Amino acid sequence: MELYVTEISKYVIAFLMFLYTLESFVAFRWKTENKRKGLYIRQVILMFAIQIACFVQIMARTGKPVYLFFFAFQIIAFSSVILLFYVIYPDGNRLIINNSCMLMMIGLIMLTRLSYDRAVKQFFIIVASFIVGFIVPEIIFRFEFLKRFTWIYAALGVVAIGVVLLMGAVTNGSKISYTVAGITLQPSEFVKILFLFFMAGALDNAENIWQLFIASVVAALHVIILVLSKDLGSALIFFVIYLALIYISTENIGYLAIGLSFGALASVIAYKLFSHIQVRVQAWLDPFTDIESTGYQLSQSLFGISSGGWFGLGLYGGSPKSIPFVEQDFIFSAIAEEMGVIFAVLMALVCVSTFIEIMRLGYFLRDTYYRLVVCGIGVAYIFQTFLTIGGGAKFIPLTGVTLPFVSYGGSSVLVTIMMIMIAQGIFMIRTDERYEAIERMKRRRENERQKEY
Amino acid sequence: MRDKKNTRKKKIRSYPIIVLSVFYGALFVAMLSYICFYSYNNRQTLMNNSFNTRQQILLSQNIRGKILSRDGETLAYTEVSEDGTEKRVYPYGKEFAHVVGYSTNGKAGIEALTNYYLINSGIDLTQKVKLDASGTKYPGDSVISTLDVNLQEVAYNALSARKGAIIVTNPKTGEVLALVSKPDFDPNTIAEEWDSLLADTSTDAKLLNRATQGLYPPGSTFKIVTSLAYLKDHPSDYSNYKYTCSGSFKVGEDSISCYHGQVHGSLDLFTSFAESCNSSFANIGVGVSESSFNSALDDLMFGKELPLDVLYSKSSATYTEGMSTADIMQLAIGQGTTSVTPIHMNMITCAIANEGNLMKPCFFTQVKTEEGKVVESTSFEKYKRLMSADEAAVLRQMMEQVVLTGTASKLKGLSYSAAGKTGSAEFNSQSDSHAWFTGYAPADDPEICVTIIVENAGSGGSYAVPIAKRIFDAYFGVE
Repeated sequence: MELYVTEISKYVIAFLMFLYTLESFVAFRWKTENKRKGLYIRQVILMFAIQIACFVQIMARTGKPVYLFFFAFQIIAFSSVILLFYVIYPDGNRLIINNSCMLMMIGLIMLTRLSYDRAVKQFFIIVASFIVGFIVPEIIFRFEFLKRFTWIYAALGVVAIGVVLLMGAVTNGSKISYTVAGITLQPSEFVKILFLFFMAGALDNAENIWQLFIASVVAALHVIILVLSKDLGSALIFFVIYLALIYISTENIGYLAIGLSFGALASVIAYKLFSHIQVRVQAWLDPFTDIESTGYQLSQSLFGISSGGWFGLGLYGGSPKSIPFVEQDFIFSAIAEEMGVIFAVLMALVCVSTFIEIMRLGYFLRDTYYRLVVCGIGVAYIFQTFLTIGGGAKFIPLTGVTLPFVSYGGSSVLVTIMMIMIAQGIFMIRTDERYEAIERMKRRRENERQKEY
Repeated sequence: MRDKKNTRKKKIRSYPIIVLSVFYGALFVAMLSYICFYSYNNRQTLMNNSFNTRQQILLSQNIRGKILSRDGETLAYTEVSEDGTEKRVYPYGKEFAHVVGYSTNGKAGIEALTNYYLINSGIDLTQKVKLDASGTKYPGDSVISTLDVNLQEVAYNALSARKGAIIVTNPKTGEVLALVSKPDFDPNTIAEEWDSLLADTSTDAKLLNRATQGLYPPGSTFKIVTSLAYLKDHPSDYSNYKYTCSGSFKVGEDSISCYHGQVHGSLDLFTSFAESCNSSFANIGVGVSESSFNSALDDLMFGKELPLDVLYSKSSATYTEGMSTADIMQLAIGQGTTSVTPIHMNMITCAIANEGNLMKPCFFTQVKTEEGKVVESTSFEKYKRLMSADEAAVLRQMMEQVVLTGTASKLKGLSYSAAGKTGSAEFNSQSDSHAWFTGYAPADDPEICVTIIVENAGSGGSYAVPIAKRIFDAYFGVE
């Protein structure tokens, strides 16, 4: 009986996920939130159906009633987030909220299976992040003066990651986090947001090449500090944000080319200078030769991805725990192993759908400053997703960053939710722009009509 | 009017955003396709990696499946005793030791090659539920190998107490019908004997599969390669070749003698090959252009990867620019630094027997569940063309000549016609030699290809050809 449940639910879960992913792309057929209403409801239903099917599978394998309460809490929490968001911000974008919740749910399911304690911790962080996050769109919407602090953001950011570097130098190792009162914070995650606002401000105000150059130097300073802290993943993300934003603000592909060649040059120099980068590249090219040490993580990750087959081994059916740091850096491999490669690929496509929606809304923004912030958020999100999935699958060298929303990690979850909420705040400004535009048009028509009389 | 114009002129607000979105979308499509292809194509190698703990999970659920011969005889199975302990049993003991291999203390042979199938179970869900209820493990899938018990037994007995290797294949499909390597071990007791097997530093090397990993001087069997090189230089006038053998061939200080100082007299290409005249072939080797020799070596996969899924050694034969005449002469007759594995020699012979095309050697044809449902069936695949059909036809004529008038005359006048090439490869300065034979039968429509090496036995004609005869006899049902 138990076997029937686990075997059949595998296919059910993959099928439901397929439908969800389909909906998240079908959504692009309609441009306005109003027309998507039915689709959003279907998405929410599918989301909870997947949640329940996974829970049934977990119960069949473990039979622990404690999970029942946990899952009930999750359903309550996520349905309130979706509902409250709709009530408080009727003009917000619900596709992004749905996708985020879907991804977080998948993360929680996998974490429950990997380490129940961590899943519970993650759940509380998600809830707390949303409580804080619900204020963010309002702040962004109201306090336009936040635009003005460009250089303060840069200073704060550089100091925050600089301190980590100095502390790391003292302890003689790669240190990328502070521990304050039992909570471990990863400053590079938070500085990402400051960096986005700094870049948007600096580029939007830049009137000549000289100002662009200054902004580039400060951006490079961020990246160099991160490289020196051995936080390669973050360094790359910052660099890619910089590239994307300078391209969007100047609309000149030449800057992108110059930036890329600088990046390539810097990578070569970094490769020559740092042995840990050479080790990563070697392990990427051939993880199996030195499988006992440098290639261990990646080969275990590859074992995981390939052992599940298309539909996975079922939750608790594989051995994802043999991958070191599976909850943070290799959650994708664990999902592929137990929920199947198809499910994992669909999940990655949901990330792509989220990205496209962010970029689409950024595209229609009139305010160039906010456009830069939104697109920066989109690119940061998709690039980080790319780094972690590609790194764990031997597509690119491993950098050790988290999969946003899905991986275990307080800072990561909090910052990703913040970024999404900032984007939501900006979308409301956009909605406002539209209202204004509509009113302007009405006024013009009235004027014309009066003239006619 | 004005409104219409406005809607038509839909200004692109930000070109870069479109570019970036499309770029990342494409990047993800590429990455996700890569993940699907990589994980699917490499699933077996990844699962078989000894660092993959998932093998243990499967083995805790499934009983390792059986390995069967081509006609359904059990070559390996797992016996479960009442207390649940499992033991791998090999009913034929040492006979199939190297080809079937072992699955404890690492894995080898077909056990290693088909490990993925053996540890998985494809039985029906309902069946699994039933087994779950009774608390028994699922039976793993069975592998139906290409091995022929009868041929393997004949080959095994024919090699008797000698060291060496025998490979029997079907040149048209690539199926390996028999593979023997001696000395061997008893796979039933390999776990207990493991330490002593490893501690044994004598030349016995019982765990070494000589058929695929043993590197031997090819001796006169290499004249096949030299002949191919010659045919490349003389595609139409090869029949004009003339040489008079006086027992040795000299260029300056360097000389090559015929086996046991024989004098062969007046020869053409065919008789040189049939009587295995070293002097004539040294003469041919010195005359062949470097490019043709190297192209023959390349085409015949010397120094290259072989299309083999089991462990093997890479053969080596090199003709470098500016090589001394003495070395060229040694190369031409398969002595010197040239080395080859028996299975490689078998592949070359197979290609000749199959109009120049080499089929990829295969060791199993089907994987079936306990209920008989086919999980996987391998199709015979062509690896590549090693020589032109014309070249293969000439080489076949030459190999037939060996049986009719040359060193393999023990195969003459039988109910079937055979063809092949003998070799007596000297491996030390005392002129002791390994006995080689590689050939096929029937000569006009080859069905099996046999390669034999008997270590330190003497001449190929005297010691390897009789073994070939016993195998051909067994195959064609001659009493």
